[in-house]
Amino acid sequence: MSALISQLINLFASVILLLAFAMLSQRRIINLIHLYTWQGLAVVGSTTVVAYVTHQPHLYYSAALTLLLKVLLIPYFLHRLINRLNVRWDIETLFNIPTLMIIGIILVIFAFNVALPISRFSDTIAHGTLGIALACILLSFLMMITRAKAVPQVIGFLSMENALFLAATSATYGMPMVVELGIALDVLVGILISGVFMFQIREQFDSLDIRHLEKLKED
Amino acid sequence: MNPLYFVFGIPLLGGLVLALVGHRNYARDINVAFSAASFLAACVLTAQVIADGPLFALGKQFFIDPLNVFLVTLTAFVGMTTAIFSRPYMRVEQDHGKMTPGRMRLYHSMYQFFAFTMLVALTTNNMGTLWVTMEAATLTTVLLVSVYRTPASLEAAWKYFILCGVGIAQALFGTILLYMAADRVIPDGVDALLWTNLDAVKAHLNPTIISLAFVFLLLGYGTKVGLVPVHNWLPDAHAEGPTPISAVLSGLLLNVALYAVLRCKILTDGALHSHFAGDLMIGFGLLSVSAASLFLFRQKDVKRMFAYSSIEHMGLMTFAFGLGGPIANFAGLLHMTLHSLIKSAIFFSVGHATQKAGTQLMEDIRGLLKVSPTVGWGLMLGSLAILGMPPFGVFASEFLILTTAMRDLPWATPLLLLALGISFGAIFSRVQPMVFGETSVKPLAHPPALVPVFVHLGLGLMLGFYIPPYLNGWYQQAARLIGGQ
Repeated sequence: MSALISQLINLFASVILLLAFAMLSQRRIINLIHLYTWQGLAVVGSTTVVAYVTHQPHLYYSAALTLLLKVLLIPYFLHRLINRLNVRWDIETLFNIPTLMIIGIILVIFAFNVALPISRFSDTIAHGTLGIALACILLSFLMMITRAKAVPQVIGFLSMENALFLAATSATYGMPMVVELGIALDVLVGILISGVFMFQIREQFDSLDIRHLEKLKED
Repeated sequence: MNPLYFVFGIPLLGGLVLALVGHRNYARDINVAFSAASFLAACVLTAQVIADGPLFALGKQFFIDPLNVFLVTLTAFVGMTTAIFSRPYMRVEQDHGKMTPGRMRLYHSMYQFFAFTMLVALTTNNMGTLWVTMEAATLTTVLLVSVYRTPASLEAAWKYFILCGVGIAQALFGTILLYMAADRVIPDGVDALLWTNLDAVKAHLNPTIISLAFVFLLLGYGTKVGLVPVHNWLPDAHAEGPTPISAVLSGLLLNVALYAVLRCKILTDGALHSHFAGDLMIGFGLLSVSAASLFLFRQKDVKRMFAYSSIEHMGLMTFAFGLGGPIANFAGLLHMTLHSLIKSAIFFSVGHATQKAGTQLMEDIRGLLKVSPTVGWGLMLGSLAILGMPPFGVFASEFLILTTAMRDLPWATPLLLLALGISFGAIFSRVQPMVFGETSVKPLAHPPALVPVFVHLGLGLMLGFYIPPYLNGWYQQAARLIGGQ
């Protein structure tokens, strides 16, 4: 039974990693939001399984909170945002997707090597997924660096938050409830502020291209 | 009732009240009143801590010990003086049409919320709450950086939002690892993130996990300290936002972030029994000091230049705390206090000077002394003070840091001296023509508030001669607490 459960947890974690790769190479904004929603759902799935096995009630709460926030509320907000900004069908030009994938793979190997000596100290059932979580953090980071538009950058940021949540479940069965609520509040306020920003940026530059935001340099 | 509740209850209430009436003319005075009340509460708290020793509040979620009590007082004090400075400053900005009533409401409300997040970050015992409030401090100020809606300010704010967000995410991963290490030692997991609990068991924390955790925590909170190479947001955010915000960002937020690093360092030192954390901090500190001094020469914008000077001084403090030991820690804490006071005083004078000249470009600001001697002298004395001229206190703290470095890390001393020399040349050669010579600036409609400038500089001068016994006692206790070496 426990072997099956831990395989299930690993399966969810690998789905999250695959989705992180998919986001890295996805050019359509609308599809990025879909991928983000699916990633949130996979996080909910993995958390629920861990909660079921360990009978930790607070993990059920945080799974419910994640479902509400990352599968329903934030994607709804993002859909509204891209509708009002009229960028629903925007396609971004991404250079050299194969190179990006190879850098991603190197990051994954690096993350596994960093996490390996640590994860064996963890007693949790999901300790094997710590490496995957760290890999997802680095992949989201890579995605944010390579994007030139505001909305994909924010989605990269949100995906990093998903990965951090996965790391918390796999290392320690989740952070204390107070902290988790605080983090959720920060994410919610952060996404609202980024929405305000996007309107300000577009009003000023008539586009959401971050390349306009590279004037402040040392000369 | 515990005065601690008032210390952060007052700014929270202030933020809510000003969210409703922040656009009215009297909002400026309300802002000052709330900041002053919060400073008063901090003073009562300090008196109580002197009388009764360290205290806890709300279970064990909040605590006051020698390390954070003086930072709470300092934060509340600079919060109050900046509110006083902001009264005439923001009035002029409003007259110039840069601030609409709606923006004023946002500004006043967020000013108080920002003070609230910093005070909670300083007093919380929970490493998770510390993270949450550090992120909240970014979120409250990010809309203020872009409040003028110019292309440059939008760019600065977006950079601030994304870079600090990513940076602080690394710190969250570090916090998760810290919790994982604690979970193995502290059986009841709910309180395993309380700093006092962690401190009690720090010798038993797993060294492998803790060393990785510290790397992430240092990188994460170091982004907010403004350590090179993760400093890119800092000069932009300081230069493009309203000057009162530059003053509190530079004088207070950077300190709070460094405070978070120090809390993590104490735990790491206890778990590792080695100088790993200190060595990392020495490396980042030296890199920041040297890189910032080189960047200083290339600046044209006066606020950007002083932002780079903040990076330099934060690097110097990080270096001092990295060295560790009673003297270097004492010097680091003294430098922290002096940098807050003097750098905010400089930003106050710079704010008035840029308003009078109508530009932030240094080559267009000339002869301040002729039009308003007080602003001119404020800027001149402030610059001399931050550059470490005796008899100002920075001379004492830098002298202590350099002599300790000479003893413990001889090869670093020439590097530091060179960097300090370069920044002296860079800043002094720019400030001198701004203050003296023929004038290009106009008088302002509202008289500037210069009392805060000279109060800060006076305190900076006093700390060069004489450190009051209570303050001295705290510094020494806090220096012992930080330990190291």
